[in-house]
Amino acid sequence: MKQTFILFLISLCVLSCSDNSDPSQNISATPTFKFSHYWNNEAVTSSDFSTIQYTNQNGDLLSIERLRYVISDITFTTATGENLRLGDYNLVDVTNNNGLNYIPTTQIPIGTYANVSFTFGFDNEDNAKNYLDLNSESFNVPDMLGGGYHYMQFDGKYLDTNATEQGFNYHAIRAVDNPGANPTFPQDTFFTVNLGQITITNTVEIEIRANLAEWFRNPNVWDLNELNQTLMPNSAAQIMMFENGQTVFSLGEVIP
Amino acid sequence: MKLKLHHTIIIMLFFLNCSNEDMGYEPTPLVLNIPQVFAENIIAPVIPANNPMTVEGVALGKRLFFDTILSSDNSKACVSCHSPQNAFTDSSPTSAGVDGVFGSRNSMPLFNLAWNYNERFAWDGKELSLERQAEEPVQNPIELHSNWDDAIVRLQSHPEYPELFRLAFNTNAITKELTTKAIAQFERTLISANSKFDRYTLGQSSLTAQELNGLDLFLREDKGDCFHCHGNPNNPLWTTNDFHNNGLDTTFSDLGLGAITGDPNDNGKFKTPSLRNLSFTAPYMHDGRFNTLDEVINHYSEGLQNSPTIDPLMKKINEGGVQLSNQEKQDLKAFLLTLSDPSFISNLEFQN
Repeated sequence: MKQTFILFLISLCVLSCSDNSDPSQNISATPTFKFSHYWNNEAVTSSDFSTIQYTNQNGDLLSIERLRYVISDITFTTATGENLRLGDYNLVDVTNNNGLNYIPTTQIPIGTYANVSFTFGFDNEDNAKNYLDLNSESFNVPDMLGGGYHYMQFDGKYLDTNATEQGFNYHAIRAVDNPGANPTFPQDTFFTVNLGQITITNTVEIEIRANLAEWFRNPNVWDLNELNQTLMPNSAAQIMMFENGQTVFSLGEVIP
Repeated sequence: MKLKLHHTIIIMLFFLNCSNEDMGYEPTPLVLNIPQVFAENIIAPVIPANNPMTVEGVALGKRLFFDTILSSDNSKACVSCHSPQNAFTDSSPTSAGVDGVFGSRNSMPLFNLAWNYNERFAWDGKELSLERQAEEPVQNPIELHSNWDDAIVRLQSHPEYPELFRLAFNTNAITKELTTKAIAQFERTLISANSKFDRYTLGQSSLTAQELNGLDLFLREDKGDCFHCHGNPNNPLWTTNDFHNNGLDTTFSDLGLGAITGDPNDNGKFKTPSLRNLSFTAPYMHDGRFNTLDEVINHYSEGLQNSPTIDPLMKKINEGGVQLSNQEKQDLKAFLLTLSDPSFISNLEFQN
């Protein structure tokens, strides 16, 4: 009887000491990534589309009519620098409210990670692959523009200097020069978004906030009167998008 | 003994209750033959779980599609406005129903419908499945002008249809739902994937210099920029099946999607049709206003009309469009014609 009691006490001790700080333990979870969108501090959903109501840093009034982008390679980095790279991707289609909640197919060991990151768009290796679901969404980039896929399609309208509505197509792709049979690539324009330390629990929800105003602000103040359409073959514009994109995404609420 | 008799009666009752059903019979499952160019590039077709494809269901659907029995005066059928020779549309801007009244929309061509992933059908997207789409023309006063109850009575009293429904759905009780399910099954078999461009994609054919230049114009954002709405060589559907206002009018007599959603931001938006089989599907646009492909290309080149809901993908609206030269227009047209599939319109499987 005494022996049983001691065993019980030891079990209790082991159970109570199994905190979530070690991602290497065998208990795994499937976190949910929730993508939310803002214009500065104002929430943006598809119901806000098609109305000219946002002002960018340049003072241009604009509307959002279509917004979808791809993120890939969600990576969990432990305190010891070990990377758990999922190798998957998700099309966030704000227009049609698809992909706003993403649950990776791979389970993640619970615990605290020093950093969680993802790639905006695809790295060059992944961008060269054939994705039937993205083809079905016609998300491709033509071969003469380097092939692969859009990183983002952000369409809308702005008021030009005559207060007339004009369309803009802020489409982010892999920057390309010499469109044609032998395009060249001046620099990579996908980028890594670091969310920082996150503790993964069984039911954790991780909000990824996108401040859309940043696409037009920092470090390049975007003048829609100058840069509005036909931006895919414009490598300088693509590099500006890459630079401005660095501050678009941030970690929002983490619900354990 | 008493218990045994009781069981026997229950079993007999069970069989009597099922007298209209063919015990043990099951329709023959049919797996769609997915073309290589689709299998290698796009995701699987949409087959509703409550309407699986069967050999007998497709055969019944085909018979119904070509049969005038669904019209009020036995004068027209689905095929009257959706002719195989025209890639299942017809050659007039709008079509006359059984009473000779013309509608306001161009008959839509029918092919590759199982790959319409958003499952919004018709120019204005009002039909949310192929089965539901098949309901509407039968009872529309300016189409077959029938009454579904009357149509079901005609089918039920027909010498052959009850048996065809039994073979397709394992029941003699004909309903509107089963009728439209059969038609939808047949329509899902209308697959077009054997154009010159498909063979080019598969490495089985080559394109001329003019056709290749036309493809280049189609894909260039600073030229045609057609691909953002009509897809690209990696999407052999040649449509996004999305809805756009492509700059046809400054004001709208037909609101299109806007009349369905009630959202004024959708006014003037219509389904983007596939560019396949343009050789057979003139006239073009939702109201059949353009008789030739040349007129269509001219529209996008210099004929755009501005309106509050014009799609932001439309370019150089102030100049009327993308300003292609005459040679570029001819090249673009040459490419577009490579997307036509003569074997589709001559396929005996799709003819009466």
